[in-house]
Amino acid sequence: MSLELRDIRKRFGPVQANDGVSLTVEAGELHGLLGENGAGKSTLMKILSGFYTADSGEIVLDGRTLDIRGPGDAIEAGIGMLHQDPLVFLPFTALDSFIAGSPGGFVIDRRQARKEMMELAERFGFDLDPNAPAREFTIGARQQLEIIRLLWLGARVLILDEPTTGISATQRERLFETLKQLASEGMSVIFVSHKLEEVEELCSRVTVLRQGRVTGERELPCPADELVELMFGKSVVIQTKEPVELGKPVLEVQHATLEDELVTVRDLSLSVREGEVVGLAGLEGSGQRALLRAAAGLLKPRSGTIRIDGRTPRTYHEFLDVGVHYLPAGRLEEGLLQGMTITEHFVLADESTPFFVDWDEAEQQAAEEIRAHFIKGRPDSNAEELSGGNQQRLLLAMLPDHLRLLLMQHPTRGLDIESAAWVWEQLLARRHDGTAIMFASSDLDELLMYSDRIAVFFSGEVIDILDARTATVEQLGYLIGGVRAAS
Amino acid sequence: MEAALATILAAAAPLVFAVIGETITEKAGVINLSLDGSIMLSAMAGFATAFVTGNLWLGFIVAALVGMAVALLIAFASISLKLNQVAVGFVLFALTRDLSSFLGNPYVHQRLAGVPHLPIPILENIPFLGPIFFQQDLVVYGSLVLIFVAYWFIFRTRPGLKLRAVGERPEAAHARGIPVNRLRYLYTAIGGALVGLGGAAFSLDMKLGWSYQHTLNFGWIALAIVIFGGWHPYRAALGAYLFGALQIIALKLQPIFPGLSQVLPSMPFPIMILTLVIIYTDWLKRLADRFPSLREFLASEPPSGSGVPFEPE
Repeated sequence: MSLELRDIRKRFGPVQANDGVSLTVEAGELHGLLGENGAGKSTLMKILSGFYTADSGEIVLDGRTLDIRGPGDAIEAGIGMLHQDPLVFLPFTALDSFIAGSPGGFVIDRRQARKEMMELAERFGFDLDPNAPAREFTIGARQQLEIIRLLWLGARVLILDEPTTGISATQRERLFETLKQLASEGMSVIFVSHKLEEVEELCSRVTVLRQGRVTGERELPCPADELVELMFGKSVVIQTKEPVELGKPVLEVQHATLEDELVTVRDLSLSVREGEVVGLAGLEGSGQRALLRAAAGLLKPRSGTIRIDGRTPRTYHEFLDVGVHYLPAGRLEEGLLQGMTITEHFVLADESTPFFVDWDEAEQQAAEEIRAHFIKGRPDSNAEELSGGNQQRLLLAMLPDHLRLLLMQHPTRGLDIESAAWVWEQLLARRHDGTAIMFASSDLDELLMYSDRIAVFFSGEVIDILDARTATVEQLGYLIGGVRAAS
Repeated sequence: MEAALATILAAAAPLVFAVIGETITEKAGVINLSLDGSIMLSAMAGFATAFVTGNLWLGFIVAALVGMAVALLIAFASISLKLNQVAVGFVLFALTRDLSSFLGNPYVHQRLAGVPHLPIPILENIPFLGPIFFQQDLVVYGSLVLIFVAYWFIFRTRPGLKLRAVGERPEAAHARGIPVNRLRYLYTAIGGALVGLGGAAFSLDMKLGWSYQHTLNFGWIALAIVIFGGWHPYRAALGAYLFGALQIIALKLQPIFPGLSQVLPSMPFPIMILTLVIIYTDWLKRLADRFPSLREFLASEPPSGSGVPFEPE
């Protein structure tokens, strides 16, 4: 039995998520699908499992072209997908989650279903209580429940989308064993991941996606730097940053435990000095955002201390008062106010605005700022009318003159090269005042070019701090994928 | 005692239809906020039909169709057009309420023979239970059967599991090949038909006749009882009976406190809301944790997908 995807295309609005992807998976094969976030892996797999319909392309199973119009058709053809967030019904009992959507008579025979569920669970050594609500299950247990459900429905092709996110090491081990066992029984397994290490450990062949296209296919084992190159592309690093004398530490994080919705960061210690730029690398949700938010006073650490110039501000306002400023990634969502003009933004940002606003004067000042920061817009332009680059310029223009610590998330995401260079010119100039800068980015070149040091996050842990002068894209790529020994 | 309980059972019958109907609709993930208006319009339509044709049962059928039609409008607006369900529901409430006054004008205070009494032979002679359960009319019997059928359907059958699935986590239902939006249409329509029957049960049985805003506020209280009922048919029915009991008590107190005759009929509404506030607290959840076998009955959480349109991509 073999599965073939031919020239799959899928567009979401302006984004071409899959741009002519072809892929072949043999029976009994553990096939890896590798690529960074947004490369189009999940979209491709959701098309294969019928969750999405492709704009064009063919899916061929055993030489027969499938007409997959919805998930029901895919399940019938024997294609089952375990989604990244296992799609169980949280308040239902595990048994009901197991049964939901299965074929059968009008009245549910729960006794029979329970028996079959327990048999399957036992076969793989899963310990699942059929009567407990799925809510009480860990992510790993929910996955196990979904896997046996898909097998119960007769899956012959099993897709797993980033299955190791959020599960424990032992559950991961059990999962890998299970997948190997299934492959040895003739099942085709497609393992979607952005983690090099895992694909290398588990799979026999790998296809790499980048920006919606297949950049290569390799038999494993194969040299890892080849895969890194396929994932991230070749890039030339130019160092153009003029050196600045580093002063005393501005930000000192000591043994901090941070908890946000996505990840828990434990025992984090890091400091940033005057004039220093520290880049935060890692996959989205590995802890960078938690650190930025904690340093900005928006996230209270569970334990540990965060000092700014030796002081420990408590509220967000106290952080602002000691000269901390945070520019989040969602410019329009978190940074700017939709429906308000550039003039109104400056008036709001200016603390000294009196009760009655002199709008004529405010407009003149706004016009000056617009000139000084090369913003393409008028004082009465609404924030959402500006392009991404100009929104970022507006945010920078609103920054107070003297800052101690500037925190940023994806400072140049979505900006063209010219705007990005201008933004960084402005940012780096602040170093001469002794401003410390910490930013998170998924652009490896940006990290290498503008940072002094790069802290690499991997699932809530800083696994390495690199000197940006000597680090390479390959080295960063490894570390982001969780491969420690990368020298 | 038996007489009082029998009266409560009968008084609450229309409300039982409405709350079970709305429970089914909300279980599937759609909120029909027009309830107060659609009950009124179907009560009017049912009465008018029965009055004109002289056929009581035709009145019930037309009322169910009217309830279904309003529900289908809600479904179309919220499922296909993806409009805000609160806004659409509220507008439809106002529209159907006013429509009932406008169209129902000729039938105000007209007279009609209601649903006949129908004691069930043999069973009616069972001591205590007989007078309560088996000396009623078809509407009351129907409401009792409905409670059990709804429970059995939702929790014991495969289509019922699918119904809960599309309301709880539509993307997970979709991934299992369950046609989310088609089922939402279906159960919104079925729920609406039951609400319509509830309306007819007012105007053709429990509160026989038609007057200006004949069923005022019963729709709102039904919506509240669905929440009190934790989207569970048994608990929702319990809520309806509690409200029925409050109404009977208010009625019995009228001659005792003649000075309060303006206030008493409306007292059950605030008391019911107060009960909801008290009941809808944490301790029910803690009780459910202690007695896992009662979880299904005690768990009072809304279907997570309720009120949220589903788009597969």
